[in-house]
Amino acid sequence: MADVNRGNRPLSPHLQIYRPQLTSITSILTRITGNALLLGAILTVWWFLAASYGAEYFATADGVITSFLGDLIMFGSLWALWYHALAGVRHLIWDSGRGFDLGTATKLGWAVVIGSVVLTILTVIVI
Amino acid sequence: MAYLTDRKRAVGMGAAKSGPHHHWNMIVSSVALLILVPLFIFTFGPMLGAPHADVVAYFARPFPAIVAGLTIAVGFMHFKNGAQVAIEDYTDGLTRQVLIIAVTCISYAAAATGLFAIARIAL
Repeated sequence: MADVNRGNRPLSPHLQIYRPQLTSITSILTRITGNALLLGAILTVWWFLAASYGAEYFATADGVITSFLGDLIMFGSLWALWYHALAGVRHLIWDSGRGFDLGTATKLGWAVVIGSVVLTILTVIVI
Repeated sequence: MAYLTDRKRAVGMGAAKSGPHHHWNMIVSSVALLILVPLFIFTFGPMLGAPHADVVAYFARPFPAIVAGLTIAVGFMHFKNGAQVAIEDYTDGLTRQVLIIAVTCISYAAAATGLFAIARIAL
């Protein structure tokens, strides 16, 4: 088992060599939305902390979170939350051993993308 | 030995020394969040931009306070475990350890801050 060719072996193709597909993009977006949600979550915790302190501090935090940039972050977080939730359901379906054939996987991908947009719009209308 | 099954003889012999508990944690917290997140969106959402007195009165009520507290606690633990997997996928060595410690500290600190704030409003 002498490994004479160490360090000089061909590498298997990596991410950038493949054409982007719905299944790969929706999977990567799950991770991106999950991690990006930290920003909105920290802002939300800060908002609660400010509310517990008093009206003056609350006005500052509420002002930041309802500013144009704050609105942008919270709106983006809302979509990210719905997207991550639906993508999570897809993972729960896969974890149960179902839905692995290409047709079903593609349908689930579209359901996650379209569903997240629809739910985001509905939420903004209701709230 | 002959009475042991193949599985019994293999248990504990691997290098990992632990099973799929991390993945199982993600499943349990994700199912919990599927219930909590919609409840949180529709209780917390309308309070964004509301007057301070209204916000304090609203989150002094049991249901909104418990939903917010649970969402923050379960959400940050779910984040901690999920971000850790991402870190393990892309980094190794000291960088990996430092990042995992940082994510763990941030998650617990944020969860504790959120729970403290909600308790202070509610009580």
